[in-house]
Formats: sequence, C-alpha cells, structure tokens
Amino acid sequence: MTQQFYVSPEQLMKDRADFARKGIARGRSVVVISCQDGIALVAENPSPSLHKIGEIYDKIAFAAVGKYNEFESLRQAGVRYADVRGYSYDREDVTARGLASVYAQSLGAVFTAEQKPFEVELAVAEVGPTPELDHLYRLTFDGSIADEHGFIVMGGQAERVSAVIAEGWRPSLRFAGAVRLATRGLTSGPDPAAEQGEAGGTLPAKAVEVAVLDRQSETSRGFRRAFRRLNDSDITALLAEED
Amino acid sequence: MQETTANQVAGNATSSFTEHLQRDRPDLLPYHRAMPAAAAAATPLQVPHATTIVAMSYGGGVLMAGDRRATMGNVIASRHIEKVFPADRYSVLGIAGTAGIAIDLTRLFQVELEHYEKIEGTLLSLDGKANRLGAMIRGNLPMALQGLAVVPLFAGFDTTAGVGRLFSYDVTGGRYEEREHHTVGSGSVFARGALKKLWRPNLAEAEAVSVAVESLYDAADDDSATGGPDPVRQLWPVVYTVNRDGARRIPESELAAVAGRIIEARSAERREA
Repeated sequence: MTQQFYVSPEQLMKDRADFARKGIARGRSVVVISCQDGIALVAENPSPSLHKIGEIYDKIAFAAVGKYNEFESLRQAGVRYADVRGYSYDREDVTARGLASVYAQSLGAVFTAEQKPFEVELAVAEVGPTPELDHLYRLTFDGSIADEHGFIVMGGQAERVSAVIAEGWRPSLRFAGAVRLATRGLTSGPDPAAEQGEAGGTLPAKAVEVAVLDRQSETSRGFRRAFRRLNDSDITALLAEED
Repeated sequence: MQETTANQVAGNATSSFTEHLQRDRPDLLPYHRAMPAAAAAATPLQVPHATTIVAMSYGGGVLMAGDRRATMGNVIASRHIEKVFPADRYSVLGIAGTAGIAIDLTRLFQVELEHYEKIEGTLLSLDGKANRLGAMIRGNLPMALQGLAVVPLFAGFDTTAGVGRLFSYDVTGGRYEEREHHTVGSGSVFARGALKKLWRPNLAEAEAVSVAVESLYDAADDDSATGGPDPVRQLWPVVYTVNRDGARRIPESELAAVAGRIIEARSAERREA
C-alpha cells in the first residue's frame, strides 16, 4: 500500500481558489448596473445565441462569467428553483435573496466536495419599485455571497472596468446612459485599438449582449415579467442616444 | 463509462416543467393522486363546475370567451369565476369541467410554457403548446374517469404561419384542430347553434366580440349552468383576442356596451323563445 501525500486543508483550498480564479480571469467581463429605469445587464459577448445573461423570474435576472457549461447548468437550476417555488407558493414569494442563497449553497458544496470547483462568478439581480429597493447579489466560485449597491462588475478585467463604472455611475442614469457607461467600461482595456477611440473606444452592437429589467414593466408594457433582451438595432439606438 | 455519463446528462436535460415536477416533486402535480375507487362510487363529489366557453377565428386572429358562472349541483357556486386565461403572450386557454382541477392545470400549463421559454431562450411552437396541453389532459384521465374531468379549448396565433388557430380536446387528451369556431361545456350546444347563424368568415374584431357575447347569451338563456351578462352586478363575460400583436383582454367598458346592445335588441323584439 502506498501512503497518500498529505495536503493541508489550507493548501487544498488555496489551490482550488487559484485554479477557479485563473479560469474566470480568462473570460470577458459582465456589468450589472442599477439605474432609474431599472437594471441594465451588459456583457461583452460576440455570440448571438450563447447567452451570459438570462431571465430567471418576473423581476429576477442572472448574469455570469466563466465556463459556459457550468454557469448554464446553474442558470437552468435557478429557473427550475424559481418556477417550482412560484408554482407551489405564489409568484411574489420568489425572491433574489432566496435564489442567491441556493446558489451560494450549491457553489459552496461544489467548491469543497467535488473534484474541481466551478470556474464561474454569478450575479443575481432583482428590480424593485425604486432604485433603493433593487437587490444585486454577487456570488463567487467558493459560495461567498455579497450584497452590492449600485453596480457589479465581474470577469477578467473586473478591477479596471469597475474603476470606470464607479467614476461614471449615478442613480439617476437612464437605460441609455447605463448601457453607454457599461460599454465604455468594457472597452477600457489595455488593448491599444480600444484606447485609440475617444473615451476608451466603442463596442459594435454585435459584440455586446444587453438585457434590462424594466422597473415599470406592468404599466409600460403590461407584463409582470420585467426581463427584456435587446436586439442589435435596440442596442445601436441606445448607444447613439444623447444624454 | 463516458457514454453512460453523456446519456445520463442528455436524459436529465428537460425543458418541460411538468417532467421536472414528475421527477422531483410529483406531489405538486394536480393529477397523479390515487383516489379510493369505492369513495367515487358511493357519492358523486359536489365540486364547482365551470361551463360554457366559445372560441372562433376572425380576420387576423382568434377569439375566446367564457361566461362567469360556476355551479355546484343546483347551486350557483360563483358569479365571478374566470374560465379564460392567457397561456402566454400568443395563446389563450379556456376551461370547462371541474373548476378546481382545471384552474390548477391552467396554472401548470402557464408555468410549463414560460419555463420552456426561459430554458430554451425561444417560444414553443403553437403545435408544441397544443401537444403539451393534450399530454396534461391525458395525465388527468384517471381523475376524469372518476368524474373530475377537465375539457379545455386552446387558441393561439401561429407566428410562423401567420394565422390564428384553434384546438379542442377530449378527456383522453385527444387534440383536434377546429377551423371556424368551437364551444365546450354544458351550454355549448346552444352556443354552437348561435355561432352557426352569427359567425361568418373574416369577421372584424369588434364584430367577433359581439358574436361571442351573443352566443354566450343564447347559452345562458337555455342552460342553467351558464351565466348571462349581469347588468346589476356589472359582470360581463371574459373575452380575449389573440392576433399578431399577442393576446389582449377586451376591456370591461367595451363588453358592457356590447352586452347592453344585445339586451336592448332582445327586449325590443319581446320574443318568448
């Protein structure tokens, strides 16, 4: 019998965390911004069909960075959790807080018990009747959960993007302003091509994925479901709009 | 080994909310409940029943309308019940039969469609929706055999073909596409007679609303389980239209005017039958 090498729990967790961080850092960033019209979710994503942003429930949306298959399975699990809960209790009993804590538990369980941790970072956003009542939760690969105010930036260049967003963010932003701010943040790369453009360059509408949670979806569109995915022409129009 | 994992993943991947419940939470399904056979034989259950639903095609879409009465034996159980519901943005659903189970089935069907849309990122085709509803009604067959039947009527706008379509069902989940108009429920024979005289191809939307309300009026005239327009309580049928722009509930004020005109015309005629 060969003896197994002893690895201290501290070292084991540290190695896992480093592994997950590396995986996430390779990906492109996602920005979630709470503003006056609701919550805007903006991702740099050239694929028109493999989404990083998704609808979970009436007022709740999901955004993720990292490995597609891993966050997609988490998104589907979230939709199932929300639909079962809404069906067995009532639609208003589905909250971002409940969903985020389920995500935190599953991410935590995978981080400690499975062969390899999930290389993902998630945001769960719930739009409220006023900007103060919006909920933004950030979840990391180890199951930590943070309640954020205003905006969340995740992914590879999170710190740099975050600095740009923090500078320009105001609660009075409209959707157009929030989406423009987010794309400005996403293009603020060290990439010289992006730097050349004025205010950090611009992303073409095809390279970004944008979805919003409308604060007033019941009155403006007659739908309880606040989530709306914007198509390329909507995005172009928003980006071209004046402040 | 790898193949079995792949098979497992594929087997577990479902976009159906009902399948998910069947696997994980069967207790939440409205059917799948074993009922003691002897109890059903002893006394027929006294539960509210929902009655007449009419549906028809018109120029550019389909329309569905239901009266507001639920009965329990010879008693009126409710004057406010709604039997026509939006299923999703492009389809509506009307229910006749055991009210409690029908309303639960409707709720399940609504979640089923929304769940598919969220998981897959696209809407289910109209045929797909009609088939899912058929499967749910078939799931309720054991209950139907014990007297708790649900018979739906389903209408929607087929966004691919660009036409409104109408589907009827039997208790075994059999699905039948209807071309012009259809009715279900105890007052359906009378409503159907009225529709045969009032309906014609390519009605305008406003005319179709009027035809639907008048056929429900005729059903209420002869069927005690169907409620007519109620000017005292200001209760009118529930009417939905579905066209290219989606499903729309006809506002109360419009229905009050339509019902008012019909009542007026009938009073002026002073006919007995």
